[in-house]
Amino acid sequence: MRRSRPGRTDGVFRLLTTVPALLVVGLVAAIGVVLCLDARLSIAAFGAGFWTRTDWDPIAGQFGAFPFIWGTLYSSGLALLIAAPVSIGIAVFLTDVCPHRLRAPLVFLTELLAAIPSIVYGLWGIFVLVPAVRLLQEALPPRIRALPLFEGPTVGVSLLAAALVLSVMVIPYISSVTREVLRAVPRHQWEGAYALGATRWEATRVALRYARVGIVGAVMLGFGRAVGETMAVTMVIGNSPQASWSVFAPQYTMAAVIANEFAEAVEDLHLHALVEIGLVLFTTTLMVNVASRALIWQMSRDRRRRLAQCPVAAETP
Amino acid sequence: MPRDLRRRLVSTVMTSLSALSVLVALVPLGLLLFFVAVQGAAAISLDFFTQTPRPVGEPGGGMGNAIVGTLILCGTAALIAVPIGVLSGMFVVEFPQSPLAPAVRFAADTLNGVPSIVVGIFVYAIAVEPTGGFSAMAGGIALGVMMIPLITRTTEELLRLVPASLREGALALGATRGRAVLTVVLPAALPGIVTGVMLALARVAGETAPLLFTAFGNRFWSTDLTEPIGALTLQVYAYAISPYDDWHRQAWAGALVLLALVLGCSLAARAATRRLERMHR
Repeated sequence: MRRSRPGRTDGVFRLLTTVPALLVVGLVAAIGVVLCLDARLSIAAFGAGFWTRTDWDPIAGQFGAFPFIWGTLYSSGLALLIAAPVSIGIAVFLTDVCPHRLRAPLVFLTELLAAIPSIVYGLWGIFVLVPAVRLLQEALPPRIRALPLFEGPTVGVSLLAAALVLSVMVIPYISSVTREVLRAVPRHQWEGAYALGATRWEATRVALRYARVGIVGAVMLGFGRAVGETMAVTMVIGNSPQASWSVFAPQYTMAAVIANEFAEAVEDLHLHALVEIGLVLFTTTLMVNVASRALIWQMSRDRRRRLAQCPVAAETP
Repeated sequence: MPRDLRRRLVSTVMTSLSALSVLVALVPLGLLLFFVAVQGAAAISLDFFTQTPRPVGEPGGGMGNAIVGTLILCGTAALIAVPIGVLSGMFVVEFPQSPLAPAVRFAADTLNGVPSIVVGIFVYAIAVEPTGGFSAMAGGIALGVMMIPLITRTTEELLRLVPASLREGALALGATRGRAVLTVVLPAALPGIVTGVMLALARVAGETAPLLFTAFGNRFWSTDLTEPIGALTLQVYAYAISPYDDWHRQAWAGALVLLALVLGCSLAARAATRRLERMHR
């Protein structure tokens, strides 16, 4: 019997789908290449020093990105410190504790957080959250406000405001992936714990321990989101390129400096310095995403198809 | 305290904490929706939909041009992203043994995680610099790049849901593979793909960062794809960071319209999804 050759399956169809498929793969490669090319002047001029220098002066042609990296890591880290426990709590509540009838509406509401545009978070941040942060700072006793962590004038726009907005924005991502991961914990893990007389919390702890790798992945995914978030952060962080330990100090992030200065950068070096920041943003989120996906895949291989999407789209059948 | 009682107490406390964390997430959601609804409703009027932005000091005006701009940008994005997304999703399902298939899925996931501001830089380099100016086209490309991975993955998932018997039936009748997919499998998955496209549109309609240096914004009516164009998100941003109370009011109105657009679109898509799910059962 003759085996059908691959050429038999109609070539036109294959071509029709292969070209767009190549395009999708090429797009990611193109982003990397374009960013590298357009950052070359800055890479050549400053080398590795770009990341440790603290002066950012477009007029003098001096570009050091440390304050932006600092602000990005600090605000995202602080946001995760708030969002991770809350998201895990939400996931536990929705998988295990929640009465059946409440589950669907609560899932819907928590995922609604992901559907709200970043600019709306930013607007709300400027006019509601920032004044609230100022009030909080004024209400703190002087002894606490003297600490390096809380020092500085009461301006409102601050690292803390950015971290708070970010934490709300990443909660739906972390909680929805954590929920998936918890659901992938084999039923017998819970049942075994209950059979041994465990309380609900003890059984949950067994499940959380079983799912810990996936949960770390979920939190990292949230970190990737937080690092790349632009508008809401730009609007509330104060945009001041001064690295500081104080959560009440106005600071700056990598995404924010690109948003603010890119359209107005006239000098090539300035432009290239901004693109280099974009390049690092790209590589960071790339690595974080790859690592977190690897962890989540490892945790729940059979559910991998639904995980890749945003929480809202993940509900699509 | 007896050990048993303590265990139960710890369990109750931790369970309550998990309920509390849901509350922690819902309070900001409630506050946000409340403020946008109240402040937005107070500022919105018919003029908001029909007028263009006024200069500083002149009260009134609206964002009619920006609303149209957002629709044009989204339309352009869909025209770019839907064919590429659907066909590449189709490739992943139809040629799983090809080494390109996992690469496409990986690329789509990666693209989905690329910060939107970075997409803005990329499109600036490929569509603004070479043409010599900001344009609606560049903005549409930027949003399209963000839509592609969403559509690729949705298409892939939905094509997989189509019962194999449909495809086998078509093949048994002598259809080529392409014919079977395009005329039998794709139509069966189409309603789901359409809702997926709507979800993707809802997602990119709210994007600001990739438009900052591609579409750039425009205070006047413009439907020209080669000229800078306004967008609801850009206008809200410009007004929000301005020092004028009147513009702040307009920003809230803009946020309300944007939220209604985005949530309306994604809620409609979800409702449709739910109906489809019930049909398939």
